[in-house]
Amino acid sequence: MLKDITLGQYFPGDTPAHRLDPRTKILITILYIVALFNAKWLVSYAVMAAVLMTCIAISKVKPRALTKGLKPIFIIVAFTAVMNLFFTSGTPLGAGWLLSHITVEGCWAAFFMILRIVMLIMGTFLLTYTTSPITLTDGLEHLMNPLKKIRVPVHELSMMMSIALRFIPTLIEETDKIMSAQKARGADFESGNFLRRAKALVPILVPLFISAFRRADELATAMECRCYHGGEGRTALHVLRYRAADYLTLVAFAALVAGIILLKKAGL
Amino acid sequence: MEPILQVENLTHTYSAGTPFERNAVENMHLTAYPGELLGIIGHTGSGKSTLIQHLNGLLKPTAGTVRLDGKDIWAEPKKIRDVRFQVGLVFQYPEYQLFEETVYKDISFGPLNMGIPTDQVDKLVREAAAFVGIDEKLLDKSPFELSGGQKRRVAIAGVLAMDPKVLVLDEPTAGLDPRGRESILSQIREYHKAKGNTVILVSHSMEEIARNADRILVLKDAHNFMEGTPKEIFSRAEELESAGLDVPQITKVAMALARRGVAVDPAVYTVEGLEAELLRLKGGAAHA
Ligand SMILES: Nc1ncnc2c1ncn2[C@@H]1O[C@H](COP(=O)(O)OP(=O)(O)OP(=O)(O)O)[C@@H](O)[C@H]1O
Ligand SMILES: [Mg+2]
Repeated sequence: MLKDITLGQYFPGDTPAHRLDPRTKILITILYIVALFNAKWLVSYAVMAAVLMTCIAISKVKPRALTKGLKPIFIIVAFTAVMNLFFTSGTPLGAGWLLSHITVEGCWAAFFMILRIVMLIMGTFLLTYTTSPITLTDGLEHLMNPLKKIRVPVHELSMMMSIALRFIPTLIEETDKIMSAQKARGADFESGNFLRRAKALVPILVPLFISAFRRADELATAMECRCYHGGEGRTALHVLRYRAADYLTLVAFAALVAGIILLKKAGL
Repeated sequence: MEPILQVENLTHTYSAGTPFERNAVENMHLTAYPGELLGIIGHTGSGKSTLIQHLNGLLKPTAGTVRLDGKDIWAEPKKIRDVRFQVGLVFQYPEYQLFEETVYKDISFGPLNMGIPTDQVDKLVREAAAFVGIDEKLLDKSPFELSGGQKRRVAIAGVLAMDPKVLVLDEPTAGLDPRGRESILSQIREYHKAKGNTVILVSHSMEEIARNADRILVLKDAHNFMEGTPKEIFSRAEELESAGLDVPQITKVAMALARRGVAVDPAVYTVEGLEAELLRLKGGAAHA
């Protein structure tokens, strides 16, 4: 069912990974990505994999939930891997039409490319699995605060993002419901050519848009009734605070980046 | 009598394999006989909507079977659309499913999907609109210009127009005022009488179910809790209250009278029923 889409979903829990400050988690995700893109050879990738495994273990997210999230990008990964296999120059793997087009370097490149994409996706999923969308945007807002100086409407942007994130599950649920209701009246979304299928979407899209606008309208009224007037002078209910664990984690990930860069210099 | 719809050992698990996994329906049974009006009642979240979405194959059982006329509806998954034409399901808050430019077109969506020729569709649409009290003049209007109650009627007509063998309505009166509620219910009663087909009515309100259903199925926490005629159900008022349900107010009055030593039957559930009981008592006293 539509509801089973896991992309960007939050799995509630109470682990050290869930308790970290969202700013810390965003920052270490960035550091993790930087480290990942500097990983050069097997040793570095082994270190990165170990770090990822530790984080997964700490967060108690089921590995199956993570691998399920990889499914949609399978084709992209396979495609880039094949491209790498054939279009990296170097020593051919062997004789014959096929083997002479594949290089040893290409094999390594494809292998590392797969590792890199998979670890990148898993790492970022881990962030959204352990951080609720609201805290995540909260953290982003704080991290972007300096941009207010150059008149970027940080608060408004993050408010829009919170609202959008908040309504994704609602809209998915609503789509599900409307689809069921139209199926009950014999609507058929699965058969027919492209044009027929596109036309079959009308009975879903019209009610969906109408209800999205109605919701937006109601939300705007509700916000105005509570005197919402933008970011000026607003204080937070849950004040974000760095604790010892946050500093330690940040230092650890900074060390990771430094370590991976050193390994790169050493060609490992 | 052969049941028209039979559900056995039905279990449905939502979000299986995630931390949100839960059984909304567990080991449930339901039997509906041709021509009866079956009421389903249960507290919020007891699994009513989940149960009835299995009746026309919108949800697939995690375990258990659903039989229509003795045949497992999932025996041939490709033919599930035919099941949907035979078991018409009106959703909770159906007014949010309207999409066409005119009321007429929206009601004809179902019959046209069935492949019925246009000239017959016209008759079905007008008949369905008449059953729910939608005036001919409204047929050419946009459904979005109607009031909430009228929209609900149009949506119900959209399912009636498919002329299903079994009509299932999920809380058709939710969020309406008492007069709107009574008028929709009486239209459903009339439809049931005129067509003589099976109607399954889901509701929160004991009053509503008591006045309309031939038989009642009570659900509690995803399980079957009770089944029987209204009289049998309401004679077990304490158990109902433990399931978070209320008995009809008139039953409460009768129960209070019985507690004070008046010899009325405490299981009456309509004003007319209690009136008859009291008249019987009075008549009896006059003779004594
Ligand atoms: N699509 C869904 N995904 C996950 N859980 C669901 C879904 N639909 C319902 N549930 C859960 O299943 C349980 C039963 O829901 P259901 O809608 O069947 O209850 P109901 O008896 O119809 O309640 P109500 O009287 O409020 O309409 C609820 O606890 C609900 O949270
Ligand atoms: Mg319901």
